[in-house]
Amino acid sequence: MSLTVRDLAHARAGDKGNRVNVSVIAYDGAGYERLLRELTEARVMAAFAPVAEGPVRRYELARLGAMNFVIENMRGGSVTRTTALDIHGKSLSALMLSIRLFGNQPESS
Amino acid sequence: MAREHLRIGVGAGFAGDRWEPAVELVERGEIDVIAFECLAERTIAREILALRRGDGPGYSPKLEARLRAVLPACAAKGIRVVTNMGAAAPLAAGRAACAVAAELGIADFRCAVLLGDDVRDVLVARPELSLLETGEPLESILGRMASANAYLGADAVAEALASGALTVITGRVADPSLFVGPMLHAFGWSYDDYAKLAQATAAGHLLECAGQVTGGYFADPGVKDVPALARLGFPFADVSAAGEVVIGKLVEAGGRVDARTCSEQLLYEIDDPAAYITPDCVLDMGGIGFTEIARDRIRVEGARARPRTPSYKVSVGYFDGYLGAGELSYGGPNAVARARLAGEVVKERLAMRGFEFDELRCDLIGLDSLHGPAEGRPEPYEVRLRVAGRSQSRAAAEAVGWEVAALYTNGPFGGAGDFADVREILAVQSVLLARELVPTRIEIVSAS
Repeated sequence: MSLTVRDLAHARAGDKGNRVNVSVIAYDGAGYERLLRELTEARVMAAFAPVAEGPVRRYELARLGAMNFVIENMRGGSVTRTTALDIHGKSLSALMLSIRLFGNQPESS
Repeated sequence: MAREHLRIGVGAGFAGDRWEPAVELVERGEIDVIAFECLAERTIAREILALRRGDGPGYSPKLEARLRAVLPACAAKGIRVVTNMGAAAPLAAGRAACAVAAELGIADFRCAVLLGDDVRDVLVARPELSLLETGEPLESILGRMASANAYLGADAVAEALASGALTVITGRVADPSLFVGPMLHAFGWSYDDYAKLAQATAAGHLLECAGQVTGGYFADPGVKDVPALARLGFPFADVSAAGEVVIGKLVEAGGRVDARTCSEQLLYEIDDPAAYITPDCVLDMGGIGFTEIARDRIRVEGARARPRTPSYKVSVGYFDGYLGAGELSYGGPNAVARARLAGEVVKERLAMRGFEFDELRCDLIGLDSLHGPAEGRPEPYEVRLRVAGRSQSRAAAEAVGWEVAALYTNGPFGGAGDFADVREILAVQSVLLARELVPTRIEIVSAS
């Protein structure tokens, strides 16, 4: 069955200049294991391509069952001079939560 | 001076934060210290501009109102106040605090003011320094510099507290250090006690955004609910001399404190969680865990740290042109196509008039303004066109809003509810400056 990240985790976004970080915190251990397998840097980069050039870095915090994604080079430049409506990228936690997870199904489904 | 326990409350997590939570903490929170964090990245540059234009005091314009709300209880109970509301004019802020205390009839009020974060003069003599964000020399923005402030550390805040003054006012201090300072002062920790500095810095980072650890910026109705969000309380931390940390909130305040709210705040605005650099240490969050010891009480443990770096981070605010924006809404049949046509018309008219922009964009609020375009997204019933342009020319930036407003009689049918805005862009970049180039000092201001 196809799920989204929101079914397994919660998230918060913050900014540092022209990069944004989005944490992904799993509700339980099984969810964390699945997210480790499926929510790869490449998957996150694909979802964030409309708003960022990348690259994406992923950090893991096993004790918290959490990951931290750092997404580089936001389109429109840094927080302090961007023309974007969401200058801080704070709404991007919701973009992360909307990423679909496909389990063992092919990603094209 | 050596204490066993300290309770630090948070009065504000940003300049525009709410008022009531600070009052309930000083009146009923049994706290020893209340800290107000009110300086975002660009705030100091903005206050300098306001000061120059003569329409601002240089310090946080809400300083008097915030102090008026808490000082009676703080003076009666000996609760120390620590705040970076001094912004670009900490001494003037100190005098304003004394004036508030006098007006409230508080006797023997003194304010310790921390000075030394303003390093504009130091930077002017060092154009060769490298900007961290772009790698270009500082010289490229020096001529447009509005502000330059070093992120001072907890040691300077602790020194100000050692003066005994009820209130400590600073300019730029690293956000967690505003909270670590009172712990250093209370417990006399040294800078090679990394385990305690790590716990203290983790606590400071969890506290610095106030309501963001008690259930603010957390609710997702039906999935992640927050009790009594409208009455959201701000947090406090119970810290022991051994470095034990518990985050909590008042029982009667709205919100929630649990492993989930703490995890979201711990990773807020973090790059590599194993190397969170502050002026006090390099924090490694990798081993941190949260344990619920009671309802809305979370023990924080497992923080580790490496020694502080030999330099301060300095944020440099500089002028970078103008941002102009205009908005207009469209609803009903074909709303998206009409809004798109309107945006194209505005762009073409701006080009016809010869205006040049470093960047010019059209978004449809309701469709693609936050997360960019995506295929297969359903068209909303109504959308709001937003045109925004960045230019070195104020006239070009102003023209954006005018051309959007002109759509009323010169664009597609049915545009409604226009809004226009022009502002000077204050951009920020950073450099590193050796600690020995940033001497700090404390000045005591009193009411008499």
